[in-house]
Amino acid sequence: MGQITLNQITKSFGDVQVIPPLDLQINDGEFVVFVGPSGCGKSTLLRLIAGLEDTTSGEINIDGRDATEVPPAKRGLAMVFQSYALYPHMSVRKNIAFPLRMAGLDKAAQDAKVEAAAKVLNLTDYLERRPGQLSGGQRQRVAIGRAIVREPAAFLFDEPLSNLDAALRVNMRLEISELHQSLETTMIYVTHDQVEAMTMADKIVVLQAGVIEQVGSPLDLYHTPKNKFVAGFIGSPKMNFLMGGYAAEFDATTIGVRPEHLSVSATEGKWQGKVGVSEHLGSDTFLYVDIEGLDEPLTVRSSGEVALRHGDIVHLTPDPEKIHRFDNQGLRMA
Amino acid sequence: MARSVTTRRKTINTAVAWAIGFLIFFPILWTILTSFKTEAQAINDPPLFLFFDWTLENYAVVQERSDYMRFLWNSVIIAGGSTVLGLMIAIPAAWSMAFVPSKRTKDILMWMLSTKMLPAVGVLYPIYLLFIQLGLLDTRTGLTIVMMLINLPIIVWMLYTYFKEIPGEILEAARMDGASLKEEILYILTPMAIPGIASTMLLNFILAWNEAFWTLNLTAAKAAPLTAFIASYSSPEGLFYAKLSAASTMAIAPILILGWFSQKQLVRGLTFGAVK
Repeated sequence: MGQITLNQITKSFGDVQVIPPLDLQINDGEFVVFVGPSGCGKSTLLRLIAGLEDTTSGEINIDGRDATEVPPAKRGLAMVFQSYALYPHMSVRKNIAFPLRMAGLDKAAQDAKVEAAAKVLNLTDYLERRPGQLSGGQRQRVAIGRAIVREPAAFLFDEPLSNLDAALRVNMRLEISELHQSLETTMIYVTHDQVEAMTMADKIVVLQAGVIEQVGSPLDLYHTPKNKFVAGFIGSPKMNFLMGGYAAEFDATTIGVRPEHLSVSATEGKWQGKVGVSEHLGSDTFLYVDIEGLDEPLTVRSSGEVALRHGDIVHLTPDPEKIHRFDNQGLRMA
Repeated sequence: MARSVTTRRKTINTAVAWAIGFLIFFPILWTILTSFKTEAQAINDPPLFLFFDWTLENYAVVQERSDYMRFLWNSVIIAGGSTVLGLMIAIPAAWSMAFVPSKRTKDILMWMLSTKMLPAVGVLYPIYLLFIQLGLLDTRTGLTIVMMLINLPIIVWMLYTYFKEIPGEILEAARMDGASLKEEILYILTPMAIPGIASTMLLNFILAWNEAFWTLNLTAAKAAPLTAFIASYSSPEGLFYAKLSAASTMAIAPILILGWFSQKQLVRGLTFGAVK
């Protein structure tokens, strides 16, 4: 079981309130991702759930039990840190066995569990090594191993992949997703990378300045962002925003169009512009088109075969079904 | 670009370093040499450097007159006991200052250090009276406690700097893994800080071993350590240089040997934080 409910949680450091009253429901077995720009309070929120920080007010409920005052060791949660936080003076075996040793398990039971975890994580050959002798990816796996042997109610991940190189990050992302599918345990994952959020999450929590902007499935957030912030944060490349006359035409203060919802034509279209930069990725081409009266170029996602170059005149047409309209508060209009 | 160092320059630097080293070591060397002379040779004018009749007579006389082993044992107990006791108090203290600092942590550290700036004689009278009241005068227990207290600020400071180097996340991981505060300090913090703790222990041991003010003032016969042993051979007339030197050599020999074998640890301990 791993149901976590946050009830009017707040956190202040001195006079600064980093998390204003916040409610959140995390269901058993869910993969929840907290995402937001740096300093948005997502790590603090995770540390509040872990018990590494005390809440200023409000209640944290884990599996129906009030855990607000319960010390981290007794919450039944396991955490994987950004820096891995392995014990450098212990072998991999001892690192993974540490939580079991603290729980008072006998040696044979410890060994059996460590071996089983090592097998799942491909660490069997490295059990006698020290963390200092492992690569970044292996260290991360040891940290995950240390978390899974506890059979926790929920796993907490604090930006676990940010210290890995790009290729390894994709691999570990898959491994964590697979782990979630096989264990079916609640996972809470903090990241600033919206791609990680979109690919891994059952439910994404978008945070800004300690406030939850929106909670929903990755596709919910993509298709119906509640406000401009979520619309701009989710999706890559970023959504284009147009204001002034361009928006007035649609009875809105701002309209948003995703790069993949703009069609390009050399001869006719709604908005005319000039190609600034074009990025050819093979599968896709990203065009940055300068339009008269707009401060920033519009990003367009086009097919890989598009042969447009710097200075070419193009015409862009948005898919009318896919235009997002926002009012003067930046909120989504029906 | 690296600064070019010529061979000549290197030779000069080495020579200067050796000269300074020799200058610092000279008094100790002279004491050791004098301990092998007769009393007459010890005060010979001009001084005799290496060419004299080497003799072990002084050592025999010193050993005959006073029980070296008893003083040595007192020194070991007082220096060792105060070090262990100090660490038991300083490790948790440094832990809390390094990992759960409050607004006043820096002030407390400064205040602790400031007690070292107080002239010891300023508190001799109250401590002497306390010792009489508590029956601690001339006891190893009393001296161990005083020695621990006067060195405690240094132990806490040193451990604090070592602990600051340990990432807090590792301790948080231990907490998440179910470790209690005691287990966190015992199984994670202490083993990780072993090099730091070792050099702190060593330095403290040496400081306590060499401390003379309190040992001379608070002991008479029973609990007197090696510093008192040396002092017993000094006389206002200064007639027994050779014997005094023999006693001094015997008193500093154990700590000199200990220091020699732990140079690396000591240097690391003394320069920690300054050089990274």
